[in-house]
Amino acid sequence: MTTTPLIRVENLTKHFPITRGIIVQKEVGAVQAVDDISFEIIQGETLGLVGESGCGKSTTGRTLLQLHKPTSGKVFYKDIELSTASNAVMREMRRNIQIIFQDPYASLNPRMTVGSIVAEPLEIHNIGTAAERQERVKELLELVSLNPHFINRYPHEFSGGQRQRIGVARALALQPDFIVCDEPISALDVSIQAQVVNLLEELQEEFGLTYLFIAHDLSMVRHISDRVAVMYLGKIVELAARDELYENPLHPYTQALLSAVPIPDPVLERKRKRVILEGDVPSPANPPSGCRFHTRCPIAEAVCKEEHPEWREAVEGHWVACHLAK
Amino acid sequence: MTADKKLEKLKNAKKIGESRSPMQDAMREFRRSKIAVGGMIVVVFVAILAIFAPVFSPYGFEVQNLRNNRAKPMEGYDITETYAEEKCHWYETPLEWGCTVFIAGSDALGRDLFSRIVYGTRVSLAVALAAASVSLMIGLIYGTVSGYAGGNVDNLMMRLVDFLYAIPLLPIIILMTVYFNAVSRQGSESPLMIWLIGLDKAAGGLLFVFIAIGALNWLGMARLARGQVLSYKEKEFVEAARALGAENGHIIFKHLIPNVLGPLLIAESMAIPGYIFLEAVLSFIGLGVTPPTPSWGAMINEGYSGLRSNPHLVLFPGFALSTLTLAFNFMGDGLRDAFDTRLRGRN
Amino acid sequence: MTKYIIRRLLMAIPVIFLMILATFVLVQAMPGGPFDAVGQKSMPEHIRILLERRYGLDKPLYEQFFRYLGNLLQGDLGPLFRQPSSSVNDIVAQTFPVSIQLGLMSVMVGFILGIPLGIIAALNHNTILDYVTTFLAVISVSVPTLVLGPILIYTFGVKLDLLPIAFWGADPPFTLGFLPPLTSTFFRHAAMPVFSIGTGMAAGIARLTRAGLLDVLSADYVRTARAKGLQERVVIVTHALKNSLIPVVTILGPLLAGAVTGSFITEQIFALNGMGRRFVNSIGQREYFLQTSLVLVYGLLLISGNLLVDVLYAWLDPRIRYD
Repeated sequence: MTTTPLIRVENLTKHFPITRGIIVQKEVGAVQAVDDISFEIIQGETLGLVGESGCGKSTTGRTLLQLHKPTSGKVFYKDIELSTASNAVMREMRRNIQIIFQDPYASLNPRMTVGSIVAEPLEIHNIGTAAERQERVKELLELVSLNPHFINRYPHEFSGGQRQRIGVARALALQPDFIVCDEPISALDVSIQAQVVNLLEELQEEFGLTYLFIAHDLSMVRHISDRVAVMYLGKIVELAARDELYENPLHPYTQALLSAVPIPDPVLERKRKRVILEGDVPSPANPPSGCRFHTRCPIAEAVCKEEHPEWREAVEGHWVACHLAK
Repeated sequence: MTADKKLEKLKNAKKIGESRSPMQDAMREFRRSKIAVGGMIVVVFVAILAIFAPVFSPYGFEVQNLRNNRAKPMEGYDITETYAEEKCHWYETPLEWGCTVFIAGSDALGRDLFSRIVYGTRVSLAVALAAASVSLMIGLIYGTVSGYAGGNVDNLMMRLVDFLYAIPLLPIIILMTVYFNAVSRQGSESPLMIWLIGLDKAAGGLLFVFIAIGALNWLGMARLARGQVLSYKEKEFVEAARALGAENGHIIFKHLIPNVLGPLLIAESMAIPGYIFLEAVLSFIGLGVTPPTPSWGAMINEGYSGLRSNPHLVLFPGFALSTLTLAFNFMGDGLRDAFDTRLRGRN
Repeated sequence: MTKYIIRRLLMAIPVIFLMILATFVLVQAMPGGPFDAVGQKSMPEHIRILLERRYGLDKPLYEQFFRYLGNLLQGDLGPLFRQPSSSVNDIVAQTFPVSIQLGLMSVMVGFILGIPLGIIAALNHNTILDYVTTFLAVISVSVPTLVLGPILIYTFGVKLDLLPIAFWGADPPFTLGFLPPLTSTFFRHAAMPVFSIGTGMAAGIARLTRAGLLDVLSADYVRTARAKGLQERVVIVTHALKNSLIPVVTILGPLLAGAVTGSFITEQIFALNGMGRRFVNSIGQREYFLQTSLVLVYGLLLISGNLLVDVLYAWLDPRIRYD
């Protein structure tokens, strides 16, 4: 595996304004969905991104794709800066970076047939004639193990797993090399989840894809990821290679999350010590001072309340943002 | 083809490639409601009457026969053979008896009421169609732009709608109609007015009725369209299209409008009875069609003073008006029920 | 809540201002003037100029407008050109109570008939009773005042000779300015006009009540109420009814607007001396102040009606907060 980064994110910040006003709206505050995060995604790897709902992981994925304009910070694809790219450049870039969504019901237009949904990217980029597109759509459907004869059917005639495959086929149509998987399996039945994950892995192998895999489920992330990043309230608190993170978590938040994962061995499971977090996640419109986690941290000290923890490399390749972690 | 082969073919057709769109599902649901289908049949029948009005009426709407004025329904006609030959559409047809009998009586000028009611369908349907298209177009464009643009643009556009909702539009529209009629009678130098007057003539004096009714009703459509656009533009399939590099036009025409149009069309079909009423109201107070064009509202107005002795002059046009709106109401209800998947399976 | 009402009233000021401005400009823009003719003959030039000067019509439009506004603030709605002995204030004082009585009674009839019918239909869902009620409701919605009025007159006035076919059964002054005398003459006169507007409203309300109640009756919290063994009557009265009336309240706004439209027709048909008839009769004339002032009165009615609806709405639905 090469180590050239395909995607580089530098100090990315996304704030959503809270507005008030009758005729002209004034900004009265901001939801700090993503706040000053940096990471790299290496060609061919899968970076897992985990965190509770509302911690900003989906916003990270979408801001990375410029579906939301970042408030500040930079996103690079290879050496091209996406955050300042012109519309024309960005349009070209979209052939390389794609997204798969969480909700297989909301992500397909109910008024379009499967064929036209999968052909849409080709149409937008004026690729091929109508007949060629039709052929390509059939190939893509076969690629995601769907019957190409379904081409004239509507989304509501499919199951959740099948719909997610349609979404995958659409994302693959432009032959991208990077795909943001935004909780692609969270809305599916457990029995279907494995199928979709296996499909994603096969496709990665076949086309050398790079994934940002967003999930709130640690066990599924462990299965698919090469490296894992943990997010809390708009910040990345820890990032490490998969086994390193799971065996040697440094941040108390990661430790708490991991302690909640059941172990499929009754003897070990009985000995498992759970770290129970007190209180609720604070509002991202008004995050705590200093380390954002200090209000719920079991080991917090005075310094945590006052100073932002530095984002540092504790062990080689193992980054953490905590005053107290060794 | 043998029965077996037929069955085979049916099976294959069902198995692969065959599919039902949400539209087809809804139409199937619609057909199940007998009352809605009945309403639709009446509407279609009235449309046929309107298109082929000269065939379905014994006389023209403007033919006067002063000697036979205020005839009762089915009263005999005191005319000569040559008169019938000259004026009657049904002369020398199996329906020739209609030439010598006032089927629904005659009005103060001796015009055949039945013929005028048949021609009156044209005005009502034209108003229904034109007002629906006008308010649909304005509402769809305005609401889509407002909802899609969002932010301050949306805010300003919706404040304008709120403003128009807060003022009594009907009296103001009446004054505008009066103004337009007065100007067009007097003639005008402004090119805009000349153009409008010409258009009004082409629309049989109904242009301002169209504009008035459309202007009164686009507000609700705009609000509906905006609400729909707001809910759809946050949907992930729109986000997916943006991620694919789609431009605003593509998203609006390919993803938003097809989804927004359905609810708007249903709302329009339910609003049509209101449009027909409003035309009748405007014609009743003398602001609608220019005589002798027959409008049911104007006919009620003309017959109204003689209600005591000649009730048919009011009751027949009134009956026609109510039947048509009843049919539209049944049809509209059926369409709403058929497309509102939330209601499906409850009845 | 008080704060909200005050804010709404303040926001209404620019709306009213723009409305008056638009109407004033529109009526003044009409070709011809109020003193162009006396009967069939045209007015002598010098008299016309004299008369126009008397009413300030020779001044520039903006000056006339601001003078009218100033007079409005002092409660003066302006002069009448055709009857110099009385003013627009007199006309409004005569006609406003009649229109208000007609409108309010129609809305009352609409609710008193419509809500029980809707409840009956919903509680007997998919039975003959439901079908008959729903069918009758659609028919009543489809018969406009314009048609129902003459039918009522012909049936009850002409054929059966039970009710008077024209005029309002009471004249101003009224108690509190709008409360009618509770005499049989008044009710006999009011019956047909009120029903000709009210039945359509009742039908609309019945349909909404039915749909609303059906919606609520299938909700989980109603099922829970039943499951814990509450009497059906308690379930419906305390749990279902208030919630099912929320959509009914939203129709009040359009209903009030509809009462205005209806009054244009009904007052004409039954020869009632109300605002709608006065307005319609004035459209051929150039009564600038009468027309503008009547639009103003309608506007004030509509604004207060909408405010009332919003307040009612907040009371029925505690999820809505106006701060």
